[in-house]
Amino acid sequence: MKCRLLMLGAALALAACAPSPPRNTGVYLLVDTSGSYNRQVKKAEQITLYALTRLQSSDSIAVARIDTGSFTERDIIAKATFDDRPSTANQQKRAFASHVEKFIDESAPAAYTDITGGLLQAIEFLNEKHTARKEILILSDMKEELAKGYVRDIPLDFKGFDVVALNVTKLRTDNFDPRQYLARLDEWRARVEKGGGHWRVVNDLDRLDELL
Amino acid sequence: MTSLLTFTPWPAVSAAILLILLVAALYFARDTAHQAIQAAAAALAHGLRVASHSVTHAQQRLAARNREVLLAAGREAKERIVEREFARVADTVRKDLSGYPDLHRRLSESIQRIEEDQQRAVEVPPEVPGWAEAVKVVAELDARNAGAEILADIHKSMVKAHAEAMDDYRKSSAERHALLRRMMPDWRLIQQTLGRVNKSVESVIGRSQAIDRHMQEYEAIVRAEDRAVAVLSSSSIVYFFVSALVLAVATAGTAVNFTLIARPMAEMVGGTNYIGTWRTADIAALVIIMVEISMGLFLMESLRITRLFPVIGALSDKMRVRMMITTFMILLLMASIEAGLAYMREVLLLDEMATNALLRGDAAGSLVNAHLWITTAAQMGMGFVLPFALVFVAIPLETFVHSLRTVVGLVGIALLQSLALLLRLLGNASRHLGGIARRLYDLPLFVPLWIETRMRAAGNQAAIATGSVARKSWKEART
Repeated sequence: MKCRLLMLGAALALAACAPSPPRNTGVYLLVDTSGSYNRQVKKAEQITLYALTRLQSSDSIAVARIDTGSFTERDIIAKATFDDRPSTANQQKRAFASHVEKFIDESAPAAYTDITGGLLQAIEFLNEKHTARKEILILSDMKEELAKGYVRDIPLDFKGFDVVALNVTKLRTDNFDPRQYLARLDEWRARVEKGGGHWRVVNDLDRLDELL
Repeated sequence: MTSLLTFTPWPAVSAAILLILLVAALYFARDTAHQAIQAAAAALAHGLRVASHSVTHAQQRLAARNREVLLAAGREAKERIVEREFARVADTVRKDLSGYPDLHRRLSESIQRIEEDQQRAVEVPPEVPGWAEAVKVVAELDARNAGAEILADIHKSMVKAHAEAMDDYRKSSAERHALLRRMMPDWRLIQQTLGRVNKSVESVIGRSQAIDRHMQEYEAIVRAEDRAVAVLSSSSIVYFFVSALVLAVATAGTAVNFTLIARPMAEMVGGTNYIGTWRTADIAALVIIMVEISMGLFLMESLRITRLFPVIGALSDKMRVRMMITTFMILLLMASIEAGLAYMREVLLLDEMATNALLRGDAAGSLVNAHLWITTAAQMGMGFVLPFALVFVAIPLETFVHSLRTVVGLVGIALLQSLALLLRLLGNASRHLGGIARRLYDLPLFVPLWIETRMRAAGNQAAIATGSVARKSWKEART
């Protein structure tokens, strides 16, 4: 009996000392800088600041732009993994916010919109961070326009990802034929869900509390 | 089921035949079935009765054990009380009787001084002037002028002598009064000393009466009287609830303490590390509080206020004092650390508020209240005081631990009694259920049973008739 109790105690102690699963969150914000959406870029600051207020120590965040070719680290405007000390994390948040603000003030419109490349970059970044929760926020009209020579017809692995399309504006052609807008969103939904992810659309930026 | 009804072309007939066959089968198996039901019910009732007896025995054993525990605890508590009373009496006696020779000497000296002063203060009556007879004789002389002059001289001398005598008398009276006045402090000293002696004696008498009462209760406990057990039992329950209440308050204090230090702990050990499902910062804060409570326990043990650890109580006085100082110093250190952490908490909170206000673009949110130092000081004060307040948790904890044993025993006894009663009820119910089951078995057999009853009655009548004929022929044969 004593032996069994000792074994049970040892098992409990081992279970307590075992490395706990990650509980942090990773957020990757893709900001569309194409000509049709560049006027909306200022809203990226609002979303970034909101995300920063919700993120805690050990969480990761990155803000990247969507331009002609987005599958590159150069398009990452700012990235940070917050320290596990709350005071240092607060300093990092302030620095991150000022970095994003500077980018928004200096943002130039891009000729094309490579959303798929940005998503690939986001998947790569968040997978490397090994976060428990992975959120990709896309501030875009979701109209992908690729330059000649860019191959983006590739499957995306969204397992464990939440993909949220924010402020998906209607294009002029969408007003003539709303089916184009709906078809565009359906196409992205199908693509994300096919890759094993979860898709959401939040057009009202006053309802950001549903995020994170 | 439907195939059973097809062995004749008419299902109703088939059903009737089946019913008759079933009733017949049940009728023929009736005795066996009754015996089986009775045996099962009896076995169940017996088993439940045995279980009930077993539980009752367990309850009695537990009650006896609980009684022993209660008496032992009561005996120990009384011994402590009596020991403490004796210590107080010893203190009183030592304090007062150690100064008794000095007291006696001072009293003797005072009394001697008073006696001496009293002797000296005795009133001496003034001497009667020896002139009176001479004056009388001179006054009776029949000489006209000579006698008058003599008398005038005598009068003059007498007045002078009277004045001198009065002066002497006043002087001696003043001396006597001075002596009597000098006796006053001695009287007061005697009165005060005797008052103190009286107080000490009364205190010793009071203590001896208390000891007497405690000894009577102790003897009752030693004799294991039911009344003593009842008193101890009710006291134990009262102590249990009172100590549980105080411990609940202490738990609330611990929660406040935890809130004060958990946040800044994240700065020290990280805010996102986990051990199991618990944040390491929370565990660290809890550990600090638990260490403080442990130090409080050791301090109380060293002071011999509680007796949870006999090893500490049995240490030599020198070691105990050392332990007392060590635990107090650790507590002081912990309290200082907590005060620092409480201050750090406020700083972190302000930093976080400022960051959030900046991120929200809320300029007003980053303003600092001018009176914020009051809450900061209050937090620091609480951080410093709470560890010392938690020291006193040791007292209700000891009471709780001791009374818990008795209360758990009483609850166990009540549960076992209820279980025994339930088992007995179930045993009786199973016996009655056996009878009901037999009646229910007979219910579909009412037709064959009715026929059987009729046939038995007819058989009895035939037997009676045969018997009367036989008796009649026998009588005839005799006659």
